Amino acid sequence: MARVVVDVMLKPEILDPQGQAVQRALPRLGFDGITDVRQGKRFELDLAGPVDEAALARIREIADTFLANTVIEDFTVRVEEVDAAGSATGNGAEEEVAR
Amino acid sequence: MTTRVGVVTFPGSLDDRDAARAVKLAGGEPVALWHGDKDLHQTDAVILPGGFSYGDYLRSGAIARFSPVMETIIAGAKDGLPVLGICNGFQMLCESHLLPGALTRNDHLHFVCRDQRLRVENADTAWTGDFEAGAEITVPLKNGEGGYVADERTLDELEAEGRIAFRYLERNPNGSRRDIAGLTNAAGNVVGLMPHPEHAVEALTGPTTDGIPFFTSVLKKLVA
Repeated sequence: MARVVVDVMLKPEILDPQGQAVQRALPRLGFDGITDVRQGKRFELDLAGPVDEAALARIREIADTFLANTVIEDFTVRVEEVDAAGSATGNGAEEEVAR
Repeated sequence: MTTRVGVVTFPGSLDDRDAARAVKLAGGEPVALWHGDKDLHQTDAVILPGGFSYGDYLRSGAIARFSPVMETIIAGAKDGLPVLGICNGFQMLCESHLLPGALTRNDHLHFVCRDQRLRVENADTAWTGDFEAGAEITVPLKNGEGGYVADERTLDELEAEGRIAFRYLERNPNGSRRDIAGLTNAAGNVVGLMPHPEHAVEALTGPTTDGIPFFTSVLKKLVA
């Protein structure tokens, strides 16, 4: 099975009140020294076929038109290696910054 | 012949009936449209009502924007069809790129429900012709993701072109940039706003009847 991960984050200039709320909670939990938190979304797309250039192009299009609103969000697309059970094996991740 | 104004129901819409009732009170004929049907059934204008289309999964209005009916509405809007998006409808119009910018989580993270003062900044749109420019109105507001954002250049352009249709008065309820409550496109046929004029059309249930001119405006515009 092939998996492609799309990470979507608010652009740096867009206020992230959810991230701020998380950051404000950290000192109360005893975690100091975290100066900023931004919260995003992660999409895992499992593909029936191989992750070739055509499949990646299609996924970039999905991310650009649907998964992210590029007025306010950036996204990255990367391929993740998975074993037969569908768990990430933690290697082979290849970062590709699409925007 | 009465003017036919379509009101689209999406999965999760909840203000479609109020919008239809407002159209009727204003003297038009409301026509129920279903999001899965591309046909606008000979309607002369369309309202995208408030609610939580598709549960606001992904982003508010993001999935609704790809409903079959939206294809027809987006094409129609570009040809001058009057379209009013209220709350979730405004979010759909931004997601469809019929209006610029986007709506994000309220800066204080709370859902807001209150009667909101607004100033009518542009009385030349299809949906605001029955107002006087500068008029101050009160209509209900209820949203969790109503903070309007756009980059500085877009905001400057909107100001310069008079495309900010409504601004919040007294209190900005959600952190909207430049107190923007509603926008119009350049042609003036597409208007989106976060507050709910369809809930201010009868003395019994609304804080005012300040919402009625939205609906009478488009009827006059279509007859003219």
